[in-house]
Amino acid sequence: MSDKNINIKVKVWRQVDANDKGRFETYEVNNVSTDSSFLEMMDVMNESLVQQGKEPVAFDHDCREGICGMCSLFINGRAHGPDTLITTCQLHMRKFKDSQTITVEPWRAKGFPVIKDLIVDRTAFDKILHAGGFVSVNTGNAPDANAIPISKPAADEAMDAASCIGCGACVATCKNSSAMLFVAAKVSQLALLPQGKIEAARRAKAMVAKMDDLGFGSCSNTGACEMECPKGISLSNIARLNREYLVANVTD
Amino acid sequence: MAILNSKIPEGPVHLKWSKYKETQNLVNPANKRKLDIIVVGTGLAGASAAASFAEMGFKVKAFCYQDSPRRAHSIAAQGGINAAKNYPNDGDSIYRLFYDTVKGGDYRARESNVYRLAEVSNAIIDQAVAQGVPFAREYGGYLSNRSFGGAQVSRTFYAKGQTGQQLLLGAYSSLNRQIGLGTVEMYNRTEMMDVVIVDGRARGIVTRNMLNGKIESHFGHAVVLATGGYGNVFFLSTNAMGSNGSAIWKAYKKGAMFSNPAFVQIHPTCIPVHGEFQSKLTLMSESLRNDGRIWVPKKKEDAEAIRAGKMKPTQIAEEDRDYYLERRYPAFGNLVPRDVASRAAKERCDAGYGVGSGQAVYLDFKTAIERLGQKVIEDRYGNLFQMYEKIVDENPYLTPMMIYPAIHYTMGGLWVDYELQSTVPGLFVAGEANFSDHGANRLGASALMQGLADGYFVLPYTIQNYLADQIGVARMKPQEHAAFKQAEEEVRTFINKMMSVKGNESVDSLHKRLGKIMWDYVGMARNKEGLELAIKEIQKLKKEFWEKVRIPGKADSLNTELEKANRVADFLELGELMARDALMREESCGGHFREEHQTPEGEALRHDEQFMFVGTWEYKGENQEAMLHKEGLKYEAIEVKVRNYKK
Ligand SMILES: Cc1cc2nc3c(=O)[nH]c(=O)nc-3n(C[C@H](O)[C@H](O)[C@H](O)COP(=O)(O)OP(=O)(O)OC[C@H]3O[C@@H](n4cnc5c(N)ncnc54)[C@H](O)[C@@H]3O)c2cc1C
Ligand code: SF4
Ligand code: FES
Repeated sequence: MSDKNINIKVKVWRQVDANDKGRFETYEVNNVSTDSSFLEMMDVMNESLVQQGKEPVAFDHDCREGICGMCSLFINGRAHGPDTLITTCQLHMRKFKDSQTITVEPWRAKGFPVIKDLIVDRTAFDKILHAGGFVSVNTGNAPDANAIPISKPAADEAMDAASCIGCGACVATCKNSSAMLFVAAKVSQLALLPQGKIEAARRAKAMVAKMDDLGFGSCSNTGACEMECPKGISLSNIARLNREYLVANVTD
Repeated sequence: MAILNSKIPEGPVHLKWSKYKETQNLVNPANKRKLDIIVVGTGLAGASAAASFAEMGFKVKAFCYQDSPRRAHSIAAQGGINAAKNYPNDGDSIYRLFYDTVKGGDYRARESNVYRLAEVSNAIIDQAVAQGVPFAREYGGYLSNRSFGGAQVSRTFYAKGQTGQQLLLGAYSSLNRQIGLGTVEMYNRTEMMDVVIVDGRARGIVTRNMLNGKIESHFGHAVVLATGGYGNVFFLSTNAMGSNGSAIWKAYKKGAMFSNPAFVQIHPTCIPVHGEFQSKLTLMSESLRNDGRIWVPKKKEDAEAIRAGKMKPTQIAEEDRDYYLERRYPAFGNLVPRDVASRAAKERCDAGYGVGSGQAVYLDFKTAIERLGQKVIEDRYGNLFQMYEKIVDENPYLTPMMIYPAIHYTMGGLWVDYELQSTVPGLFVAGEANFSDHGANRLGASALMQGLADGYFVLPYTIQNYLADQIGVARMKPQEHAAFKQAEEEVRTFINKMMSVKGNESVDSLHKRLGKIMWDYVGMARNKEGLELAIKEIQKLKKEFWEKVRIPGKADSLNTELEKANRVADFLELGELMARDALMREESCGGHFREEHQTPEGEALRHDEQFMFVGTWEYKGENQEAMLHKEGLKYEAIEVKVRNYKK
């Protein structure tokens, strides 16, 4: 453990609501332990704003261990800040230097309008999944779990795709604000498994149509999403999505 | 106790559930469309229930406080889910899973409920696989299992270290399908503020829209609460920041009784506290105890040298290490249940053998890496090791992890009968929010099992039995109904009261103070004096809250401080009830350890003659002492014994 304290300045986006234009404000935060997490630093900053009778900076978070996908934030120009394969809640202050100014912004994408300060509306992701991100099986319909063997590599690959936490960093990072990596992860996971294979083409088509509908841009294969994805979701999933999508259009 | 009718079906334990299903009332398809069900919470229990109800044809309204059901706290569960499949052919059975769960709960759970849980466990795995949950598999293509504490068989199914995530995403996908079909109306970022009671039955809820502060109410022929556990009463816990006890607490104040509030699980393997600004504690999954060995130095001087930074754990010779769990509990070793492992860690640290800050022990993978190679360990626990390294900045492949017990799970919750119905007719409770299956201590990998059992396979039956005679009840219009309007008004008054305190202390600061009282006196070791003191201190703090709390901003907009204040106001009352329950229970059982009641070797000492009951509390009004009711526990299929993990 490093355990020392630093003083920093946080230049943070403040926006009252969706109609407000928004602006940056800068706050000093002193005596931050480098062992604390980025969000704990935000807590300290907010505590002092409350002490001063000001409204704290609103940001989304819940699990604080990198799995719920609720936290977001563009920190010094990078989704989830200056580290790889982590979410903002897993970012630690040891990644920053004394007297550094840290810029904190919300996700910026047409599909994710700002609600307040650093909180954005990501319900578009849910809507894409309503369109087809499932296997159509009712409770009680299932055969024995071992009835259909699944090869370990396929199960492992499905698991990797299924690791997506729906955080939206891929969209926020993409210059086209495309949601392809997110959509591809779900389509791939289910297409890789016999249970999901049956509806694979229909699923791909429905989800892509919904994604386009909701104002996400198209994919131009820059690969930025993969680099910033906290769960290391691979671009190869996009290739698989494209194949399923093609099949869907051919069979139509 | 006539007041607590648990409605356990007659007959031998293994036939109760089939008999219930054969004779219960059903609702025909045409009538299902006329019946509305409200489901609060869309974690494993709520999402599975909401999706299943909708598939059956009911109209469902579901609520969660996050921006999406996918983010419920269940997502964070790591290690796995139990089922009695006996795929490894190692002697498992429904009876054995039932037996282990009752024993693990230290004989304080209701036998019939636990048997049913074990009975439906296998169907959960089938269901999840059909949804596309990518459980770990062997090379032959079949499902893989691992072991968890309190069991001598391998019955835990897992998806890397992300089992909760995958199971929740499975339930969420079924829920999404129904939302897409229009049978479930989903309300995200909506907090339940109260239950609406009409003529003695639960008929709806009052909610606050967290985006604009709007107070609204919703009607349902029945209401299901699946709002999770209340471990955050301690401030620091492994729960998500927003996990709260408010939904069940508000229901308690409306007449739903609360059982065993003091039964809290302290998980032995969490990353130790690092400083005063810490916001939450991170769990290192119990599955790590399959391969990790827990130890502290044998010699006090070594422990001191380590604490002073003069020595490294890797420099301590094998013979100078005290693998205290293996020493004390040879039969189960590192896989003893959580309560036992937690207390043993505390005992060593209190005796001066702790490492790190003094409040930590080692979890070491050296032996396992030598035996299996780093690659295998990486495959099994890679994401957990990465998580540890990101937080602590040390490489656990090279140096042992440091761990310490932390608040993790609440076995207590709203009282429910065999049908999962609370003492308020029409109000059902599922998942961690109810008290039902884990007694005084929950075994690992059984919360996921219970949440999904309740939601997929129990409530879909039992709620029909209730709704069958509700067909004639017309949908109520909340805007026009006096009971709904009054409940809304009460919520507005409550919020205004909090907003108008305009004091000088932040919600977090008050919450931390509560957490400290709880941890010090209602934590891992409890005694009469401490509990009496805690009750006084909590009452004082509650008074301070209502004089000092400062909530900036407005009530009719997104206001995170107001959200937190609402939860802390309830935690302050719930914390007191927990202390009272702990004080009442003059015995040690499971996670509840009263220092006055222990064996000479320091093991928990139960007093079955006096305390073999579910301690169930009835709300008696503001600042009035709650009233205790007892549901006696009878064990017919199991012989009650002293829990022994030594041989
Ligand atoms: C880190 C960690 C690891 C774990 N690992 C395991 C494991 O390996 N195996 C295992 O079996 N168990 C594990 N557990 C325990 C298990 O995850 C939980 O007990 C279980 O997931 C609880 O599920 P639930 O559906 O009851 O509630 P939750 O998942 O907590 O869901 C609660 C729901 O209620 C909603 N809600 C809460 N309050 C309100 C309100 N006032 N208004 C509206 N909505 C509200 C929330 O939005 C959420 O949707 C773990 C727990 C933790 C903390
Ligand atoms: S693909 Fe990666 S970046 Fe995109 S939502 Fe999923 S986890 Fe986040
Ligand atoms: S808060 Fe859950 S992923 Fe960051």
